[in-house]
Amino acid sequence: MTALALDDLHKSFGATPIIRGVSLEVAKGERHAIIGPNGAGKSTLFHLISGRFPLSSGRISLNGEDITGLKPYEINRRGLSRSFQVTNIFPRLAVFENLRCAVLWQMGYRYSFWHNIRKATDANDRAEAVLQQIGLAERAMMPAGLLTYAEQRALEIGITIAGGAEVVMLDEPTAGMSRSETAHFVALIRKVTEGRTLIMVEHDMGVVFDLADRISVLVYGQIIACDTPVKIRSNKAVQEAYLGQALETEH
Amino acid sequence: MAITTMTKPASLPLDLAKRYGIWILAAAVMIVLPKIFTSGAALTTMCLMGIMIVFSLSYNMLLGQTGMLSFGHAVYYGLGGFLAVHAMNTIAADRLPIPLPLLPLAGGAMGLLFGIIFGAVSTRRAGTVFAMISLGLGELIASLSLILRGFFGGEEGITANRTKMLTLFGVRFGPQIEVYYLIAAWCFVCIIAMFAFTRTPLGRMCNAVRENPERAEFVGYSTQMVRFIAFCIAGFFAGIAGGLAAINFELMNAVNISGAQSGVVLLMAYIGGVGHFFGPIMGAVLVTLLQVMLSDITGAWMLYFGLIFIMMVMFAPGGMAGLIMLHLPLWQRGTLLRVLPHYAVMAVPCAMGLAGLVLLIEAAHHQLVKAASDGPAMKLAGFAFASNAAPPWIVAAALLGAGLWLGRRWAPRLTAAFAEAAR
Ligand SMILES: Nc1ncnc2c1ncn2[C@@H]1O[C@H](COP(=O)(O)OP(=O)(O)O)[C@@H](O)[C@H]1O
Ligand SMILES: [Mg+2]
Repeated sequence: MTALALDDLHKSFGATPIIRGVSLEVAKGERHAIIGPNGAGKSTLFHLISGRFPLSSGRISLNGEDITGLKPYEINRRGLSRSFQVTNIFPRLAVFENLRCAVLWQMGYRYSFWHNIRKATDANDRAEAVLQQIGLAERAMMPAGLLTYAEQRALEIGITIAGGAEVVMLDEPTAGMSRSETAHFVALIRKVTEGRTLIMVEHDMGVVFDLADRISVLVYGQIIACDTPVKIRSNKAVQEAYLGQALETEH
Repeated sequence: MAITTMTKPASLPLDLAKRYGIWILAAAVMIVLPKIFTSGAALTTMCLMGIMIVFSLSYNMLLGQTGMLSFGHAVYYGLGGFLAVHAMNTIAADRLPIPLPLLPLAGGAMGLLFGIIFGAVSTRRAGTVFAMISLGLGELIASLSLILRGFFGGEEGITANRTKMLTLFGVRFGPQIEVYYLIAAWCFVCIIAMFAFTRTPLGRMCNAVRENPERAEFVGYSTQMVRFIAFCIAGFFAGIAGGLAAINFELMNAVNISGAQSGVVLLMAYIGGVGHFFGPIMGAVLVTLLQVMLSDITGAWMLYFGLIFIMMVMFAPGGMAGLIMLHLPLWQRGTLLRVLPHYAVMAVPCAMGLAGLVLLIEAAHHQLVKAASDGPAMKLAGFAFASNAAPPWIVAAALLGAGLWLGRRWAPRLTAAFAEAAR
């Protein structure tokens, strides 16, 4: 079963083509990593899939259903949730409130102004559970904007997974984290995306080769290779275009 | 973390008192107030306060909760009021079995209806565009109010007689005190309803949309729909306030629906503090009080309003509620008493500056507005002087200058003392 299918996506900003014909199929339950040099268009691709930017051309389908041109909230309601490379939270709301807002729609509360939120036990419990999972229980009542950088990254991921979406997309979840924080996060991501489809952009090759079932290499708006980690490692074109430098900078 | 699992109450009455204590207190205050302030003027003022509390809370559903700056909220207040006046007349003429206390609902329905109509247009966009559309719609309706004489009654407005309606348990709502209790009851119910709204899924998402509309869209919410529903509900409560005003004044005219009225409600919410639920309540009470008192004392009262507003925006953007909440941690820590002496010292330059400013404004106002007809002789706080002579101006400038100088010198110590106490 295909969770997400991209069919010949194109995106230009003005006259500049950024995404130049991306096609990709991600199976249900697959952990798929997208790697590539800075400015290759990885985040732009995420924005296209999640509905933040309109496509120039192409087709996107989620679980076999065409989602091309839908609004972000419509795509989210169909079971796709994403995080942002630049932390994108509700800064003056409490950490707990951030998570609760992230579960309300999926829990069926929609635009209700006839439920008392304190009695919305399922939403509260879910938010509480995610709070524990991301290790911010001590910070529950603190305004999210006052968290440390790493804590905000954790919350970013918490908001993304809280709704229980089938397809989770993470844009550089561990960027700017220390080694130990990264290790903790990889374990967390592995745990919370169990049984779900994961698509992530990641620069840390250790993380990518550890976590991913398949890897796509995006260079200058095109996928130049898409295969298992072992085969990607030995792919000549990939090594020339990207991996050589990336692995070097690792050491 | 015990967020959802509340600790078991020690005893039921104690629990009830803790949960509903503030509401019981509010109800008690509303009931007792007219027994303390018995004069007719006080009663009129308190009626106005009740109306304005509902109006400014409804405004804050937009500004404080959802982050929508509206310059045309009087449209819904005014339309609600006008409909209520017409309804009063129709009900009286046709002897319909609808009692007066239900009338604000008619105003609310009108506010809701136009909230739906205008909200569908204006809430498509947020931020500056929304503000501009609200301003445009406000001006449109305000100018229509002078053209559509049938509904709005032109310059004179539309009058009604509330006592001509069906009596309920023998209450005719002739005396102001009966109207006061009607307004107080509606005010109480509306405060609770609007507070309850903040504790609902939509109420929370309003905050989320205010904080970060983009992210709200990525957790499944259409920000446009959130804004739209909030706008409709705000229109509904503004309409109720308008209905109460119609009952209170038995008159609605173009002023009630004007841009100036929209400005006043913004002022109330802002001065009270848009960041906390109770802020607009305080703002409505204070601004109404000042309006009534200042307009009695001085012809330049609008100027004072402008100054208060500017001072608030510059020095206390959180409004009165913000100032209170700033001191709450000190109170909880028991260190509030330590900063009070510094405030007491600060009060001296403040009083000097204020006295200088008032003298300056009053002398200028007298010289510019009244001197031509009444001559330069004037009185202020028991002192008699001439507005065209040098001494009052020199005294004013000296007071103002000294107040500012001393205030600036003391300010760092105050700040340090506050920081010390807050640590
Ligand atoms: N909104 C935008 N308008 C114009 N150009 C953009 C916009 N967003 C991204 N770009 C450009 O698209 C290219 C790809 O950016 P991005 O997708 O962020 O790369 P990556 O995430 O792979 O590092 C960059 O050259 C960037 O300057
Ligand atoms: Mg990127």
